[in-house]
Amino acid sequence: MTTPVSYSPAPIVKLVEEFSKLPGIGPKTAQRLTFYLVRMPEERARDLAEAIVGVKERVSICSRCFNITEADPCDICSDPRRDQSRVCVVEEALDVLALERTHSYRGLYHVLHGAISPMNGVGPDDLRIRPLLSRLRENPVEEIILATNPNVEGDATAMYIHGLIAPLGISVTRPARGLPVGGDLEYADESTLGRAIEGRQDF
Amino acid sequence: MRSRTYRSRGIVLRQYPLGEADRIVSILTPEMGKVRAVAKGVRRPRTRLGGNLDLTSVIDFAASFGRNLDVITEARTLGQNIEVRSDLPRLSLALYVCELADSFAPEGSRSRELFRLTLSVLDTLGPAPDPWLLTRWFETRILDVSGFRPQIEDCVECAEALKPGDHLLDLGAGGALCPNCRSLGVGGKIFVSESAMRVLRHLQRTSRSDELGTPTLRDSLRDEVEGILSRYIRFVVERDIKSADFTRRAVRLEGDANPQFRR
Ligand SMILES: [Zn+2]
Ligand SMILES: [Zn+2]
Repeated sequence: MTTPVSYSPAPIVKLVEEFSKLPGIGPKTAQRLTFYLVRMPEERARDLAEAIVGVKERVSICSRCFNITEADPCDICSDPRRDQSRVCVVEEALDVLALERTHSYRGLYHVLHGAISPMNGVGPDDLRIRPLLSRLRENPVEEIILATNPNVEGDATAMYIHGLIAPLGISVTRPARGLPVGGDLEYADESTLGRAIEGRQDF
Repeated sequence: MRSRTYRSRGIVLRQYPLGEADRIVSILTPEMGKVRAVAKGVRRPRTRLGGNLDLTSVIDFAASFGRNLDVITEARTLGQNIEVRSDLPRLSLALYVCELADSFAPEGSRSRELFRLTLSVLDTLGPAPDPWLLTRWFETRILDVSGFRPQIEDCVECAEALKPGDHLLDLGAGGALCPNCRSLGVGGKIFVSESAMRVLRHLQRTSRSDELGTPTLRDSLRDEVEGILSRYIRFVVERDIKSADFTRRAVRLEGDANPQFRR
């Protein structure tokens, strides 16, 4: 398949290529973005480039909750107004954003960076489960909310973690079953997710 | 000209994320073997497909033929086993059963027997008195229906009936060797104790899972039998069954709370 790109200068071809590697961006969108940038004032292009580099240079992972952050510990972990007696366990950093948008939860988080996926070779050791356990031993909490995705792998992850923390005598809850089964948490709408987290049940 | 769409019953065996919101789903069907198809947008909630393509679920689905991968257009869950879903050891065994079915399933040819077998084992895992034994039986039966049944009643070299005692299982030859034939065989030999051989034969001779019974087996014997079958299967499918490792950990985690998983 030939596209107009083949006649384009090398820097344009390169940028189209890089854009196409991003999630949700096909070749057409990549071209449109590239040609938009060509017409953009140089200053704004520099701002954009610096923002991209800044993300890589200044954003890291919180050493307590493993959320993405600029400061370590992150703003949530170091906010004294947050309820320190609750930890909500989620699969991805995007899930934290989704839960924060609901304004229904004021506790802390723990980001696993994935779910147990036995067939794809992702086991408990590939996730931030062990740091969760040491965190709970050092700073005992009253409640753990297992907000992994409502699908088989999310359920398996929740049950596995539940089995590990059961001896610690912490109350373990799971968001209410209002969540659409099979979908990822990060895509759930605010009111549904808010209701699910408020109506969480013993696990 | 063949129709551009099809409809079938299926078991969701595996899933792989594709791009931002899509998944590739591997589905076992009775008439077409394993189908690999794209489910678009399923990671977003409230899609028509969302929630109807979960692993281990039995579904009714429609798909259209694609250039590389088929595209799922409709899916409806027919059965989801709540007993299995809420019990980690059983759920992890169900995932193992699905991965095993996925590695044995042919693509594009009829596989009614494999479909029926997988369906019945997933259905039985919930109430099974000994889920570990049921899973080993599934391994034995999937070798049978796929044409890899190991010969363990008679010597695979000289066809002499095997006498009681310890044995060597020859992976390449596909069966056990009698003491006289021990130096023969193709290679890849596994030691099989007399007790393990008795369990393997019990599994092979049991044609229905509800006839398995609840034999008392020591943990070390269970480990031996599991090891033999897993090496045999690995030799046949030429790859690791990845979920086996997690299954063992899940069962061990449950060990104290649940006596039937005491391992
Ligand atoms: Zn933090
Ligand atoms: Zn012989």
